[in-house]
Amino acid sequence: MAEAKRIERPLSPFMFVQYYRLQLTAVTSVMIRITGNALMVATLLVVWWLLALAAGPEAFETAEWWITSWVGNLVMFGSLWAVWYHYLGGLRHLIFDAGKGLEIETAEKLGWACVYGSVVLTILTVIIYWI
Amino acid sequence: MRYLTDRKRAVGKGSAHAGAEHHWFMIVSSVALAFMLPTWLIVFGRALGSGYDAALATMSRPFPAILTALVLIVGMVHFQKGARTMIEDYTGGTTRKLLIMAFAGFAYLMIACGIFALVKIAL
Repeated sequence: MAEAKRIERPLSPFMFVQYYRLQLTAVTSVMIRITGNALMVATLLVVWWLLALAAGPEAFETAEWWITSWVGNLVMFGSLWAVWYHYLGGLRHLIFDAGKGLEIETAEKLGWACVYGSVVLTILTVIIYWI
Repeated sequence: MRYLTDRKRAVGKGSAHAGAEHHWFMIVSSVALAFMLPTWLIVFGRALGSGYDAALATMSRPFPAILTALVLIVGMVHFQKGARTMIEDYTGGTTRKLLIMAFAGFAYLMIACGIFALVKIAL
């Protein structure tokens, strides 16, 4: 039977730069975290838009002016890419969780699939908006 | 001598103190969102910038309203748990507790405001 040892348990260290050479699989993974959390801003704007729509034409005018201004557009189209990146990154996690695609070559291909796929899906979505 | 196995002493001692259910929830909610998001992106993206009357007409129909509610609820709970993992990775102590509360507050505020707006639009 092992004896209990009281030790200070460490936080998981921030691995990048100091301990770990940046590589594709790590960068594409942390991008999932960044895009997911950055989507807070778009959520706030979408909920504001909904509240304004419920409040009436004047409030809606103000909300939509801001959300479709050039800054608003930058945030919304940026968020559209972020959603697609997070989406593909999430699918990659589901594949990894199933114990598949973990060979380095396949894992790196899946990483590039997230990077290029998110751009392609963003462009496709914008095209669908225009049609 | 205490009759504890190594495993028993290790359980709950990770940075988050728990984990399997949390991880499983993220998998379940991500699959749900994967099915809902593409349609919602198109519905919402077309309503945005279409003007007050057209936007109101879209969002008062059952399908766009229910889909928006689902995306908002599942999305925000998924977000809150994901953000919690991030907070638990990088912070500790009181900072960690306050940040977890703040992110949970944000998520549920978004859900409540969104549902209120959708109900008001629909009725």
